[in-house]
Amino acid sequence: MGQTFSEKVLGAKAGKTVKAGEIVFVSPDYILSHDNSAAIIQEFRKLAIERVKCTEKIVIVLDHVVPASTEKYAQNHKDIREFVKEQDIPHFFDVFHGICHQVFSENGFALPGKLILGADSHTTSYGAFGAFSVGIGRSEAASVWATDETWLKVPETIRIEMSGKLPAMVFAKDIILNIIGKEGADRANYKAVEFAGQAAQDFSLASRLVMANMAAEMGAKNGYFVPDEKALTWLEERAQSEFEVVVSDSDANYEAVLDYDISAIEPQVACPHTVDNVRPVTEVQGTPFHQAIIGTCTNGRIEDLKVAAQILRGKKVHPDVRVLVIPASRKEYLQVLQQGDLEALVDAGCLVLNPGCGPCLGAHQGVLAPGEVAISTANRNFRGRMGSRDSAIYLASPATVAASALEGSITDPRKYA
Amino acid sequence: MSKGKVWKYGDDVNTDVIFPGKYTYSVLDPEEMAKHALEDLDPEFAHKVKPGDIVVAGKNFGCGSSREQAATCLKHAGVQAVIAKSFARIFFRNAINQGLPVVQCSEAVDNIQGGGEISIDFATGVIESQKGVFDFAPLPESVLQILDAGGLIPYIKKKMEREKNHGENNA
Repeated sequence: MGQTFSEKVLGAKAGKTVKAGEIVFVSPDYILSHDNSAAIIQEFRKLAIERVKCTEKIVIVLDHVVPASTEKYAQNHKDIREFVKEQDIPHFFDVFHGICHQVFSENGFALPGKLILGADSHTTSYGAFGAFSVGIGRSEAASVWATDETWLKVPETIRIEMSGKLPAMVFAKDIILNIIGKEGADRANYKAVEFAGQAAQDFSLASRLVMANMAAEMGAKNGYFVPDEKALTWLEERAQSEFEVVVSDSDANYEAVLDYDISAIEPQVACPHTVDNVRPVTEVQGTPFHQAIIGTCTNGRIEDLKVAAQILRGKKVHPDVRVLVIPASRKEYLQVLQQGDLEALVDAGCLVLNPGCGPCLGAHQGVLAPGEVAISTANRNFRGRMGSRDSAIYLASPATVAASALEGSITDPRKYA
Repeated sequence: MSKGKVWKYGDDVNTDVIFPGKYTYSVLDPEEMAKHALEDLDPEFAHKVKPGDIVVAGKNFGCGSSREQAATCLKHAGVQAVIAKSFARIFFRNAINQGLPVVQCSEAVDNIQGGGEISIDFATGVIESQKGVFDFAPLPESVLQILDAGGLIPYIKKKMEREKNHGENNA
């Protein structure tokens, strides 16, 4: 019996052949944290040791509340900057770089075959480049800083075999929402999800990031795409370290193989208050809302802002709604700025915010009042996430959000194809 | 292992109802966190829970955010262990890392009622109740050591001290 990608990576790290279900002690290649580094530092101090074990493995990106909106957040950022200096941590990205998952990727830390830990549940994103990347808690991040080791259970793997071609105005976001709606929010709990098939290879890297990011919303431990020529070419000029491509054997043991023909999927919307409450846009069109958000670690990249600009160019957003645009990083921001897409969005009436998490987690920059409704390109719509417990969030692709922004209610983007 | 009273809940108990997001930056002390444990699921719980009590729930316990406070608040409310049909992955880790034992046993969940008393032997993997005796796969020795130490941070601290002393003795 062959081995899955996950069995191979964790086996190589553990120095032995492993099977799904085993617990292994492993040393990661990188460990990511963000504004929660302040809390991790507190846990680290409890260990009463002076130095982190491997400074070069630690990557810290400030993104959750940037720039700081309150004194408390400002103090957190200050504590982090001081710690970075004290410990000589080389990979620190202050408030002006963007969202951690984009910054981590575009700076070449998300590499094939690497074992990446992140104190954030959407660390699954780096599977877009063939990495084994997995979310952890704060205590654990502190202990990894101190010991350079942790325990992981080798996951079983679900293979999602995708065939067909994307219909017009249907995107990776619609496909992953459709999958989550069909399979449920805990279908992949403890498990690895491999996105495979010709359609997976047809996706752009940005689209692969959307799907690997949202694998977390099926409960997945990690997501994975085979790093092909497209990925390797992109990584060539930015890889931070040597890497080796790891792929599953053809006779690997899968918990399940699920077939999806993507050419049959319509634009999808996740309705309040769970990500697996998914319906085709045609069933919810006409639903009014107050705020639209195009951005986040899920859908704030160039291809996302371009499709939004394509729909909004030369038009005006509906006067009853406010539209926030948040590029995922400064690098993405600069490109859409130079290519005229941001100009089109601003001209249409969108408010462009600095790269960062924005209002996605309800901390600042556009939180919702009681009774308000948002449509967002983000990855979570839990009750109260973006502000009041009495607000509601719909999730959709950038095209659906842009089309909806024009009309002031949820709209099928195929009208604007 | 001492007996504990059972608090029984359903499927998909998420981290938001275990420890509401509005407290994540304002409530930092574990004893204060305990006062909000399960607040949006069962407002009575935090007032009535006794040290050694046991939470029993359905599938996907602790789903949602990675916030470690969801485990911290239950631990400091005195909860001896959580038994569930399944746990969301990050909650499972956070619970162990906070020194809160987690037991996966569908048969026990299907049979045990709220309000009764049960006992759990973590080393042998046995739950004893008036409804019968239920077996579960014990947690591996390495994980039991983390629980015995009271969580990951105290475990790592002791381990590093031992290694340091060992190194000095050999010097």
